[in-house]
Amino acid sequence: MASINRRVVQLASTIIGNGYIEGFAKGTIYRGKLKSVCFPGLNCYSCPGAYTSCPIGSLQSVAAGFKHQVSLYVIGFLMLIGTLGGRLVCGWLCPFGFFQEILYKIPSKKFKLPKLLSKFKYFFLLVFVLLLPAFLTNEVGVGLPYFCKYICPAGTLEAGIPLVIKNAALREAIGILFYWKLGLLIATIIFSMLMSRPFCRAVCPLGAMYSLFNSVSFYRMNVDKTKCTKCNECNKNCPVGIKVYENANSPECIRCGKCIGKCPTNAVKSCFITHKKGRFNHEKVLDAGSGADNCH
Amino acid sequence: MNEKVKYLLLLMSFALIAMGVYRGEVAEVLQKAINICLECMGIG
Repeated sequence: MASINRRVVQLASTIIGNGYIEGFAKGTIYRGKLKSVCFPGLNCYSCPGAYTSCPIGSLQSVAAGFKHQVSLYVIGFLMLIGTLGGRLVCGWLCPFGFFQEILYKIPSKKFKLPKLLSKFKYFFLLVFVLLLPAFLTNEVGVGLPYFCKYICPAGTLEAGIPLVIKNAALREAIGILFYWKLGLLIATIIFSMLMSRPFCRAVCPLGAMYSLFNSVSFYRMNVDKTKCTKCNECNKNCPVGIKVYENANSPECIRCGKCIGKCPTNAVKSCFITHKKGRFNHEKVLDAGSGADNCH
Repeated sequence: MNEKVKYLLLLMSFALIAMGVYRGEVAEVLQKAINICLECMGIG
């Protein structure tokens, strides 16, 4: 897995997911049936190029409607992706994660994100994505996608800016909310140059959702404790600051695989674990987090 | 233990997707996604 060029996969995912060129040219969006399917990463469905739906936007839009307070379809989809890979999508497929990684390449002084901030994304998931759209509604029971409306910088970057540039009617409708969201996008860009993936780690409700599955997903990181010397190379090279040898399947791990390549003793591995494989070689290779499975 | 949990989660995810499809949520998602989301842009 680590031998596959991650940048190529991230670029391909971004281009394929947003390949509707006509939308960019005309200032419109794709309106085909593929839009009923969610994209696994954070990718605004009003991006002119988007072929699929944003799972966070869809979760809110169903909750904000008057029929259902939670979308089983979207929750099931997120559970499926999470169970298969945990946050693998964050590290490999998410266009907005890719965008932040590119920004972090810009030479500047770098800072560490305070650990406490990594808990904030659960607040955004619970309050802005799940509770407010379902319960803060008008007199007929219709709510709003609060996360999209007031917070999401991906929407401003992928939908707001390209559509406003190409569409005169939308340009005339710009108000203070647009400038608020533009300010958040600019703040995200600046912080992304100074810190590694700040939005993913502190704000992203999709990352928060997938992180719940990191400890049980089929795709796993593993540390061979017989090889690990605790040299801390994994931690030094980890974009989210994990001590892999202490908790290989931490909720913060985006499964980018950088630790695998940087480990001088080849102690870190990743793989898809199935029932039978997980029992094989159990005593020799221990998972640093749960001690329940292994990779070969 | 973890092994059973992940298979259970896998089954649950398929069940939830099926229930969502049965409740007509696919059409709801599509309806929202094929129209420009003004809130997402910061206009609505």
